Amino acid sequence: MIKEQHRAEKKAKRRNEIVRTALKLFAEKGFYATTIPEMARDLKMSVGNLYNYFSSKELLAQEIIREISAYLGGRIREINEAELPVREKIRRIVTIYFETARDEPEMIDFFLRVYLSNREVFHEGCEGMICVNEFVTEIMIFFDDGVASGELKNQDFFSAFGLFMGYLGGMVFLNGEHILPKTLEEYVDDISENIYNALKAS
Amino acid sequence: MRLLWLSALACNGNAHALLNYPRFEEWQEDFEWLYHPLLPSTHTLAEVEEGIDGVEILLVDGTLEEGLVKNRLAYKQLFERYAVEAKYIVTVGTCATFGGIFAQGGEGRSGLHFSGERRHGFFDGFWEKTLSLPGCPVQPEVLAGTLSLLRSEEPLPLDTLHRPKYFYAHTVHDGCTRNEYFEYKIDEHRFGALEGCMFYEHGCQGTFTHGSCNKILWNGVHSKTRAGTPCMGCTEPDFPREGLWHTSKRMGIPARLPLGVPRRAYLSLAGIAKAFHIERLERPMMEDKRG
Repeated sequence: MIKEQHRAEKKAKRRNEIVRTALKLFAEKGFYATTIPEMARDLKMSVGNLYNYFSSKELLAQEIIREISAYLGGRIREINEAELPVREKIRRIVTIYFETARDEPEMIDFFLRVYLSNREVFHEGCEGMICVNEFVTEIMIFFDDGVASGELKNQDFFSAFGLFMGYLGGMVFLNGEHILPKTLEEYVDDISENIYNALKAS
Repeated sequence: MRLLWLSALACNGNAHALLNYPRFEEWQEDFEWLYHPLLPSTHTLAEVEEGIDGVEILLVDGTLEEGLVKNRLAYKQLFERYAVEAKYIVTVGTCATFGGIFAQGGEGRSGLHFSGERRHGFFDGFWEKTLSLPGCPVQPEVLAGTLSLLRSEEPLPLDTLHRPKYFYAHTVHDGCTRNEYFEYKIDEHRFGALEGCMFYEHGCQGTFTHGSCNKILWNGVHSKTRAGTPCMGCTEPDFPREGLWHTSKRMGIPARLPLGVPRRAYLSLAGIAKAFHIERLERPMMEDKRG
C-alpha cells in the first residue's frame, strides 16, 4: 500500500517536472520548434518514458494551458471571495496578472505565444474556452458580482472581457518586447483606473 | 367526501381547468359539491352564507381582499366559519396561495397564508391543515389527484410552502422536451418553434419553477414549453414577475440560475457546453432537408 502510494507520488512529481520543462521550452521556442526528444534530454529521461506520461505534444500543450488557467483562476477566486469594492478587485486582478508575468513569465508567454497563436494545437480537446474554463469562470463571477452590486455597467460579457484581458495581454506583450519604458508594476494604478472607468456603472 | 368551494377575487380559471379533467365524471362520484360557483351543488351561496353542515374540504380560490363581500357576508367571515370545521383547507391556484395576478391590482390583497413569499399571520390557526396548490390555473390532475389522495388518507408529503411534493417536488424543467438544447446552451429566437431552449434569452423559468406540467400535459397534449413559449413560473410565490419573455442577465450571465445549482459550477459547465457546436441542434430540424 505504502509502496503504491510512494510510486503514485513519484509519478505525479515526474509529471509535474515534465509540464514545467515543456512550459519553459514552449514559451521560449514556440510550439513547433520544440521537440519531445529535446524535452526528454532536458528531463534526463527516455523519449519512450515521456510518452508514457503524455502521448503527444498537443496533449502536453493542452495540459499546460489547463494548469495556467487553474493557477490564475485560483488566484482570482481569492479576490472574488473577498469583500472588496470592485475598484480594489480590479487593482488586485491587474496586480496578479503582472506579478505572474514577472515571476512566471513563461506562463504568460505560453498563453500569448502558443495558446493564442497556435489555435490548431487546441482544436480537439480544448474547444472554445474549455481549457481556460477556470480562469474565465472567475472573470465571469467578478463581472456578475460587480453588476449585482451596481458598481459595474451591465453589458455584453465579451465586450467587457475583451477590454479587461486584451488590455492586460497587450501590456505584457509590450513588456516582453522591451518596448515599455517602465516596469509593469509601475503601470498597475493607471491601468486599473482605466479599466474601472471603462467598466463602471454610470 | 364533501367539498365547499369559496371563490374570492377569481377568474374561474381553476374551475374551468378542472372541467377539462379527462376522468372528471368518474372522479366526481367520490365527492359531493356542497357548493361550487359553476357546478351542480347541494346548496346555494345564500344557504352557505346562512350556514350549512358537513364541510370536509374547504377549497379557497382567488386572491383574498380586505373587506371583500361575497353575497351578503364578508368573505373573511365566511371563510373562518368553514375553515374551523373543515378537515383540510386547499388553496386552489396561485392567487389563493400567494396572491398571484390579482394581488398586483390593488391594496390589501394577498393569498390565504402568503403575500408573495412572505408568510403573514392572518390565518395562522389554519396553517397546519392547509395545502397549497398553486398554478395559473392549477392543473386539473393536480387538484383532482390531491383531493383523491386526501380522501383515501394517503400520506401526502409537503414542501415548505405546503405544496404536495408528488406534484411540486421537481421543476418544470423535468420532462421538458428541449433539454438537449439546454444542455448545449442553444436558445431559440422564434416563439412557437419546437426547437431550442428558452432559458438563455427568452425568460423561461422552468429550471427554477416547481411543477409537473411537463410530465402531466395540459389536455394530454401540451405544456408551455412544448407549445413554444417559456415557462412563466406560475406556481411560484413571485408570479407574475416582470418581463416574462426576457431573461434578465448580468454581463451575459442569467441573473437566476437553475434551482440549487451553485453559480461557479453552473458557469464552468456552461462554458464547457458552449464550446461544443452540435450542428444537428443548431439548424431548424423540422425544415432541414438533410434529415
